[in-house]
Amino acid sequence: MSAVAPAVLSTSHVARKAKNQLATVLVTLAFGIALIPLVWLLWTVVSKGWHAITRNGWFTKPVGTRTYRDPGGGAWHAILGTLEQVALCSLIAVPISVMVGIYLVEYGRGPLARAATFMVDILSGVPSIVAALFIYAVFVTTFHGQRGGWLVSLALVLLMIPVIVRTTEEMLKLVPNELREASYALGVPKWKTVTRITVPTALTGIITGVVLGIARVAGETAPILILVGYTDNVNGNLFSNGYQASLPGMINAQVANIGANRSFTGQPIHNYALDRMWGAALTLIIIVMALNLIARLIGRHTKFMY
Amino acid sequence: MAKRIDADNLNIYYGKFLAVSDCSFTIAPRSVTAFIGPSGCGKSTVLRTLNRLHEVIAGAYVEGKVLLDGDNIYDNRVDPVDVRRTIGMVFQRPNPFPTMSIYDNVAAGLKLNSGRMKRSELDGVVERSLRGANLWEEVKDRLKRPGAGLSGGQQQRLCIARAIAVEPQVLLMDEPCSALDPISTLAIEDLIQTLKETYTIVIVTHNMQQAARVSERTAFFNLSGLGKPGQLVEMDDTEKIFSNPTDPRTEGYISGRFG
Repeated sequence: MSAVAPAVLSTSHVARKAKNQLATVLVTLAFGIALIPLVWLLWTVVSKGWHAITRNGWFTKPVGTRTYRDPGGGAWHAILGTLEQVALCSLIAVPISVMVGIYLVEYGRGPLARAATFMVDILSGVPSIVAALFIYAVFVTTFHGQRGGWLVSLALVLLMIPVIVRTTEEMLKLVPNELREASYALGVPKWKTVTRITVPTALTGIITGVVLGIARVAGETAPILILVGYTDNVNGNLFSNGYQASLPGMINAQVANIGANRSFTGQPIHNYALDRMWGAALTLIIIVMALNLIARLIGRHTKFMY
Repeated sequence: MAKRIDADNLNIYYGKFLAVSDCSFTIAPRSVTAFIGPSGCGKSTVLRTLNRLHEVIAGAYVEGKVLLDGDNIYDNRVDPVDVRRTIGMVFQRPNPFPTMSIYDNVAAGLKLNSGRMKRSELDGVVERSLRGANLWEEVKDRLKRPGAGLSGGQQQRLCIARAIAVEPQVLLMDEPCSALDPISTLAIEDLIQTLKETYTIVIVTHNMQQAARVSERTAFFNLSGLGKPGQLVEMDDTEKIFSNPTDPRTEGYISGRFG
């Protein structure tokens, strides 16, 4: 009797261990597979772009009149344009989105809230080129305005709002109801409970949402192509009528500039446009990562006091 | 400073659902009153109507009156925010504000309500409240540390300090010891004995020994059936409820025959 029982126990034990091992291997494998494209992409961009961005003048000079056969030039014009467009966009979109998120979680009941949620859902599914065409239709076709960097910002606002609203909502929903009730029970009015208890508790998550939103729009290309175009020269005025550079625009322009890789005498040509393209791609990644880092530092400063 | 509470024909609704029906009772100032009864009988609901906190749930409302020293807190002219400043509450699970230090947790009610206050004044209130909650000696050297870093029992006493810092007239406690170990529970029960000299205390508890230990009056709530509203079966001196209750249902409950 006592000889049988351990045998039964040990077989089921072995089977369970095997299943556990298999599951562990599968999950680890899936993780590894998911990591391959990420590492590959980072490696490609860094290895090809590193040379360009460490060159003297990358962060201070524009491409200017250089063709694919001319070395040098920088991304200053594109960095300036992208930072300006994204900054104006954030200035408009972040307050609106965070407040919509707060409204939906803390106040929203009834048809208005349902309509807002529905609209945010729709908006998050809008392709960037449709957002760009909408802005074009309103400001250029209907009101006969000129194209300009600020129109890009407006199109990016449409893309940024759903990302930030969603994360703000999720983060506020994670705040335990007991905290709100504890605040009410002290005789703190609702608006103060929201601004001083609920939002600070969720702040780290909300900041993450803002960074996600910025990362989402910083690389958008369709609004740039439709609403402002691209120039190889510095244009720091969002509201001027001329073209304005941006990092996605620069990547696009440098790819479009790739000429023959051999001269008509059969000599191989070094393609400097390609270098600048990888450099611009790496610069874009660095900017988004830097924003991420800054946001995390702010987040750490205001973190939960655990 | 402690006030008397009279509840008069309370009918408490969540939307269309009548949760508690026809409930009337009186709570004397500077006393401890315990609400006991099986789960779902509405004792917490009744407690939350005493500071109008049940209203924060969508669709919840009350018919009837709750008089605080004769003033109806459900009068149209009364702001629920003012009611809650007068009637403090301690919850089942300790819920210090996670973004705040021990000091700021205690000062939260004053800081958020009255805005500017002199630092020295605030220091005094914080120390007095923490002493009142029997926590001062344990935390006086780490007031700037996070409130959420304390043990469960200390957190609950921190919540009591936070509640008494705004100097309420009445203190409501919703199962304040159910998440605590016996030693922390004893600390809170001792504290209740001290607090009742200043405040009117109403405590909801699942623990009948606790009700017998801390309270002078006990109210027994019950459900007449599933989906039916809860009701107040009887309220009497604690000694009488636990030795010689008038209603057979009370006797059934306290002798462990149901609930």
